[in-house]
Amino acid sequence: MSGRLSLHPRRTLRRQAFMRQLASPRLECPCSKNWVFNMSIADSLTAPVNKIIPFSLVDGPGSRTSVFLQGCNIACAYCHNPETQNLCIGCGTCVEQCPAGALTLSDGVVAWDKSACVQCDTCIHVCPHKASPKIEQLTPHEVFDIVHSYQPFIRGITVSGGECTLHPEWMRELFALCREVGLGTLIDSNGCVPLWEHEDLLEVADGVMLDVKAWNPAVFARLTGGDAETVKRNLAFLAERDKIEELRIVVVPGWNDPEQTIAGIARVLGDKVATTKLKLIRFRRFGVVGTLADAASPTDERMAELEKLARDTGFSQVELR
Amino acid sequence: MSEFMDIITASNLTYGQKLIHLAQAAENCEHPIPTTPEFDWFFERDAICDMHEGNAPYRPRYICCDMERFARQGSDFLRLDAPDNLDDLLMNLQILYQNVPSVTGRPVYVGQLDRVFDPFLDGLSDEEILPRFKRFLNYIDRTVASGYCHANLGPEDTRAGRLLLQADAEVQNAVPNFTLKYEEGITPDDFARLALKTSMACANPAYANHRMHKHTYAAPVDGPADGYTVVSCYNVLPVRGGAYCLDRVKLSQLADLATSPEHLLNELLPNATGALLEYMDARIKFLVEDSNFFQTSFLVREGLIDRERFVGMFGMIGMHECIEKLLGPNHVYGTDPEANDLADQIMTKMTDQVQAWSAPYSEIADGHYLMHAQAGFGDQTSSTPGVRIRVGSEPEVFFDHIRHCARMHRFFKAGVSDIFPVEPTAANNVDALLDVVKGAFAIDDTYLSFYPSDSDLVRITGFLVKRSEMEKFARGEAVLADTSHDGEGNWRANNLANRKVRLG
Ligand code: SF4
Ligand code: SF4
Repeated sequence: MSGRLSLHPRRTLRRQAFMRQLASPRLECPCSKNWVFNMSIADSLTAPVNKIIPFSLVDGPGSRTSVFLQGCNIACAYCHNPETQNLCIGCGTCVEQCPAGALTLSDGVVAWDKSACVQCDTCIHVCPHKASPKIEQLTPHEVFDIVHSYQPFIRGITVSGGECTLHPEWMRELFALCREVGLGTLIDSNGCVPLWEHEDLLEVADGVMLDVKAWNPAVFARLTGGDAETVKRNLAFLAERDKIEELRIVVVPGWNDPEQTIAGIARVLGDKVATTKLKLIRFRRFGVVGTLADAASPTDERMAELEKLARDTGFSQVELR
Repeated sequence: MSEFMDIITASNLTYGQKLIHLAQAAENCEHPIPTTPEFDWFFERDAICDMHEGNAPYRPRYICCDMERFARQGSDFLRLDAPDNLDDLLMNLQILYQNVPSVTGRPVYVGQLDRVFDPFLDGLSDEEILPRFKRFLNYIDRTVASGYCHANLGPEDTRAGRLLLQADAEVQNAVPNFTLKYEEGITPDDFARLALKTSMACANPAYANHRMHKHTYAAPVDGPADGYTVVSCYNVLPVRGGAYCLDRVKLSQLADLATSPEHLLNELLPNATGALLEYMDARIKFLVEDSNFFQTSFLVREGLIDRERFVGMFGMIGMHECIEKLLGPNHVYGTDPEANDLADQIMTKMTDQVQAWSAPYSEIADGHYLMHAQAGFGDQTSSTPGVRIRVGSEPEVFFDHIRHCARMHRFFKAGVSDIFPVEPTAANNVDALLDVVKGAFAIDDTYLSFYPSDSDLVRITGFLVKRSEMEKFARGEAVLADTSHDGEGNWRANNLANRKVRLG
C-alpha cells in the first residue's frame, strides 16, 4: 500500500474486511436483517459513513448533528441522494476519472484519500451503481468522538441514510454513548426494516422520524421497490411505544396517494393523531435522477388542500415543506 | 477648495450631516491636547489612532443615561413633569434624545426600553400599545438616524419587551440597534425564541451574555441592578455613565513596522500601548477638567449620568492582518494553532499593560481603562475588526468559529462581538439558533449577532444599515442615516457580502 492510499491505514483494513463480507452471498439481500454482521467484539463494529453534517437545521428539533450512513434497502423514484443507495462494489469506474488521484483500487476495494479529494463529485456522477467511493467505515466510538466535539452547540444527533436502521447494533452503541453525555438521539428511517425486532435500539433512541411514502401496497412498491406492510407495522409499533418524532409524506404528483396515506396513518394512530407531528413535503426534482428527474412539484393549492385534509382528519401539528 | 467648502458644497450630504461635518472640522482647528513624540511617531504610521473623535473633546464619546430614572422623575431643565402615562413618557423621551450628545452628535443609547416602558403599560391593550411603539421606533430611526444608536432588552421576559420585538419586526428599521441581554435560567426559552424570530425578520436584536457582563460594573444607587448597558458597536458600558473616549492600537499597521514577532511583542507593542495610554490620559483630563461638560450638563445635575461612572476604552483592531504579516500566509489566524497562540500572547501582553496603568477619573473601572475590540468604520480595508477572523478565512465548522471567538472574548470587558449571517431557513427552526446561543454563552462567548443572509438590513461592523440605502449612497445620492456612508465603504472594502453563511 502506498502512503496515499488512505489517511488511516487501520480504517482501510477494516474497510477491506467489510467489503469482503459484503461480497459474500449471505449478505446479498439488503432487506434481510442479516445485513448486519455479527461482530463479536463490539468495538470493531463499523458502519459506512457517507458524511457528518455538524449543524443541521432540518433533521429534528433544535440544533443537531446529522450522520448519514451509506446504503439503502429500497430505491425511491424520487431519491434526492441516489449515490447513497448502494455500497461500492469496486468496479473501478470512478477511479480512472477522479481528477485528483484521490481514488485507488486494490484487491477489488476502492480506497479514498480524503486529503487529496477536491470534492468535485465526479466519482458520484460516473458511478453506475448508485454508490460512492467517499465512504469511511467508522466505529460508534469514532463517530461519537466527532459529534461529542460539537457539544454544547447541539442538543442531539440524527442518524439518517441511506437507511440507518440497517445497522441497529452500531446505532445502539452510538446512541448509548450519546445519551451518557446528554445528547439526544433520533432515527431517520424509511420504515422498511422491522424495528420491532430492535427494541434495544429503540430503548436508547428518543424517537423516529418516519417516512410513510405511500399507503397502497402497489403504489408503494412502484415508488420504492419496497413493502408497505413493514412500514405500517412499524408505524403501529412506534406509536404504541411513543417513539414517533414526526411522520413525513413526500407528495409526488402521479406517484403516490397522500389522501389515503393521511387517512391510513390516522386510523393506525387513533387518539395519538392529535399529538403526532406530520410533515407534508413537496417533491422537488433537485438532485433526482431517472424517471422523475424532470417531474413537476405539486402546486401550492394542492399542498394547502392536503394540509387542510390532514387537519380535518385530526392532525393538529402539520407542517408544509 | 477648503475642507469647509467641500462640506458646504457636497451634493451627497443632507443639511444635518453638513452641520455635523462642519462642527467636526471646526473642532479640529484647535489642538489643546498635547501629544508625545512617541505618540506622534506611531500616529503618523497609522499604528495608533484616535478614531477621529475630534481634537478638542467637549462631550464624552458615549453617554448612557439612566432612562429608568428619567422615566420616574422627568426633567427640571427640560421642564418635563414625571410622566404618568405612556404617551407622556414617549414624548419626554423624544425630547430628551434631542439633548443627549455623543461623538456622533446624537444619542448612542436610547435606554433599556423594556424596563423603561413596562411600568406604563397597565390598562392599555396590545392594540393600543403597538402603534405607539412603532411610531416611537420610527421617530428614533428618522431623527437619530445613526446605526450606532442602541436600545437594550432583557434578560427578563416582559410584556414591553415582547411588544417592542413585535414592533421592531414590523417597522424593519436600521435604528436603533437592539441588544437582548440573555442568561439561561433567567431569560425564558419562549421569550428568547421570539427574539430570535425577530432577528431573522429584521436582524435585531443581537445577544449579550448577561451572565458574563452583569458583574462588570457596580450598579448605580437606586438604579438598574445589572449596572451595564450595550451601546453603539457593542460597547459594554456603565449605565448612568458611559465612555469618555475610544482610542485604538492598529495591530495590522503595527505589524508593518515589526521585523519579527518578538520585535512586535517586546518593543513595538509595549511602546505603542504606552503612547496611547498617555494620550488617553491627556484626552480625558481635558474633557473632565477643561471642557466644562460635566460641570454644566443638566444630565449630571439631574442624576441621569455620573462622572464617576465613565470609563476610557482602550481599543484594538486588525489582529487577523497582524498575524498574517508576522507569520506569513501559512499560518491563518482563526484556524492555525500557532497563529491563534500568537494572537493570544499579543492580547495577554496588551491587556496586562493596560490593566497595570492607573487611569485618571476611572472610578467605576477600579482606576483602569477597559479593553474593547474595536469593530472599525468607514472603508478601511487593511484591518479586520478587533479579533475577528477575516471574511473568507472563517473555519469550515461554525462551532470551531464560535470556540475561537470565545477564546478571544475573554480579554474584553468593554465589548467584543461577532456577526454571523445565517441561512434564511433558520427562521423555521429558531430552536437551533437558541441552541447555538446557549452553547456559545456556556463556553464564555460574550456577544453574538445574526442576520438572515438575504436580508435588506445587514450588519456592518455591528451597526445595521439597509443594503438599499447603501446602494443609493453609492450612486451619489444623499441618504438620511449617515451610517449608510460608513456602511457602504466598509461593505465593499471588506467583502462583507461574502461572510460565510452559517447554519446552512
Ligand atoms: S469527489 Fe470523487 S472524483 Fe472528485 S476528487 Fe474526490 S474522490 Fe476524486
Ligand atoms: S463507487 Fe461506484 S464507480 Fe466507484 S468503484 Fe464503487 S461502484 Fe464502481
